[in-house]
Amino acid sequence: MSGVWLAVLLVGAVSMALKAAGPVLLGGQELPDRMQRVVALMAPTLLAALISTQIFASGQSLTVDARVVGLVVGAFGVWRNWPTLLVVVLGTAAAAITRLITG
Amino acid sequence: MDSQEALPPPATTPEGYSPPVGFREELLRGMRMAIPLAIAVFGFAVSFGVVARAADMGIVAPIAMSLTTFAGSAQFAAASVVGTGGGIAAAIVAAVLLNSRYLPIGISVAPAMTGNAVKRFLSAQLVVDESWAVGHLGGGRYSRGRLLGAGVVVYCAWVGGTAVGVLGAQYVGDPLRFGLDVVSPVLFLALLKGQISDRRALVCALLGVAVALSLTPFASPGVPLIASTVVCLLGLRK
Repeated sequence: MSGVWLAVLLVGAVSMALKAAGPVLLGGQELPDRMQRVVALMAPTLLAALISTQIFASGQSLTVDARVVGLVVGAFGVWRNWPTLLVVVLGTAAAAITRLITG
Repeated sequence: MDSQEALPPPATTPEGYSPPVGFREELLRGMRMAIPLAIAVFGFAVSFGVVARAADMGIVAPIAMSLTTFAGSAQFAAASVVGTGGGIAAAIVAAVLLNSRYLPIGISVAPAMTGNAVKRFLSAQLVVDESWAVGHLGGGRYSRGRLLGAGVVVYCAWVGGTAVGVLGAQYVGDPLRFGLDVVSPVLFLALLKGQISDRRALVCALLGVAVALSLTPFASPGVPLIASTVVCLLGLRK
């Protein structure tokens, strides 16, 4: 088997196992109260962490580039409660225009 | 498929929690909510296809990878490792680190994942960042219908985009150039706004950003994300 297919197979197996562990082992059961309070905080925490790394990380370095302009424009729209689709289009356009200008 | 699925009653009733309706309605709702995210995912998938083709992965292997792995960052890492002639072990380590957040994510959705073990295993494969964010009802409660509906839409976008990318590699440039890379953070921001239900959630979000960004220069990609979830332990305090 070629290296490429071995990578496809093993990376796939590892990813599937990581996703399945919680639902297969704990599925359909109530989490203990303390655990539920921890889990309740996961969405705000992880979403905020995902947003910040998607905007500021380039591999292992932190950069400020056109993505920040897109996020700031998007954040303004989110804050003003504009329709989601409009906010996304404006944010995307802002990032693309910034890239065009700054080359 | 069960048409009426009763979610367990919420331990606390956070604001914004609406009682679950039928499975089918939730499924459709998840699909609808995921459409804007799926556009971003499609763009990323095209980009992955182009990168995988450039890394000499061929046509079938990248599509097979999208069908099975279904995790963007891990696949980009694997393609770049293969492209630079790195070992299989490096690709697997990167995949484990990048996908490590799916352990806590999996635990968070576990109560909503009903049915037998096979059904739970398959449903779990549709839980990715996007469907997880859409499926959150508030207060750490998740809707299985919404998770699966959003998951199916995102999955189709991911696999379809990969196919477009590998087959059209010489015709399409890098779609991220057009600003598609800000679609998902902006959408996540819109979802995050609804998740900041109290002071503690706000503190956790800010700490999560601080942990993730301060670790980025020192840790392998993926580690800052799993490390940020440690701040959720604040929930252990009453």
